[in-house]
Amino acid sequence: MGLNGAAPSPGSAAQEVVIATRLDHIIGLIRRYTVNWSRKNSLWPMPYATACCGIELMATGASRYDIARFGAEAMRFTPRQCDLMLVAGRVTIKMMPVLQRVYIQMTEPKWVLSMGACACTGGVFDNYAVVQGIDQFMPVDVYVPGCPPRPETLLEGFMAIQRIIDADGVKPGAERGGGKGLRMEISPPAGGGARE
Amino acid sequence: MNPLDVGQVLEALARQFADLDLRPAPLLAREVSGEKQICLRVPADRLVEVMRFLYDDGRCRFDQLADLTCIDYLDYSGAVDRFAVTYCLVSTEIGHRLWVKCPANDPAPEVPSVTSIWKGADWPEREVWDLFGIRFADHPDLRRIMTWEGFESHPLRKDYPLRGRGEREQFERVSRETA
Repeated sequence: MGLNGAAPSPGSAAQEVVIATRLDHIIGLIRRYTVNWSRKNSLWPMPYATACCGIELMATGASRYDIARFGAEAMRFTPRQCDLMLVAGRVTIKMMPVLQRVYIQMTEPKWVLSMGACACTGGVFDNYAVVQGIDQFMPVDVYVPGCPPRPETLLEGFMAIQRIIDADGVKPGAERGGGKGLRMEISPPAGGGARE
Repeated sequence: MNPLDVGQVLEALARQFADLDLRPAPLLAREVSGEKQICLRVPADRLVEVMRFLYDDGRCRFDQLADLTCIDYLDYSGAVDRFAVTYCLVSTEIGHRLWVKCPANDPAPEVPSVTSIWKGADWPEREVWDLFGIRFADHPDLRRIMTWEGFESHPLRKDYPLRGRGEREQFERVSRETA
């Protein structure tokens, strides 16, 4: 917002603009801070548990490790209510379309945590059927190593997701200008501007 | 009775199918705990007939198809045929068991379906088709059952590489922008 060198006088329009800009900035900061703060402390995970990592995930959710301390105890089995996908376990190529569909169905903003050696790299299952790391076919934000990872490791992964949210690391689709395309062909107007 | 004693079955079969060389032999090359499971070899063109007899006849009464699987004998010492579709039959009435092997060979190995006798053969036959590529003639619904649609190979064949032929790499990718 340029002031164009005009000398600000008390009560002038230029000063009002400055004040309004500062107020916008402060409101923006507060909004960003509070929104991110609420997002990171109320992650709703989508437990996509296909193997032994799912057992550790359950242990993380149970009382000893208690994922509720990080506000992520509300596991939902419908992607529409979730914003954090936990891929725990190996994913076969036959299962990959299902995983992708669940990811697409999740509402923005959304994050993906790949848990364990199998989800991250395929692990020991280097055969024709198993995907060698889900990041080949879909986005992943945090990788949690281990076979399976202990609950403490998984909690560290959660905290990494929280740090990403705090730092605005992954913008929601509307801010990225992305989102799903219309997937329809729009034919050009007849005789209009198309060069031969 | 001893469930592995199938003497009366073999007797009945020898009388009924005198023209076939059924070659009853122990299933295992090495004897385990002194028990002998008997295995027959039935050619594909007479399989349904023999199976129907084993199901119907009063001395056999094999009313349950306990298992249906396949063996790939590629590079197996002394093997004549490439594949053997293997049936494990159990009689819940009499209590005896019998193994039947039906050979199949390249190219286009094919064996008649036994779904007309045991309805439960439906899915095992689809599994053998999927993983070994053996067609079952007259099967009501011969589709792949384990691998995904569009998969071309038959991965349990011995000449199929463990890591596949690049099938798992050719798959649609979802990015943050397209999701």
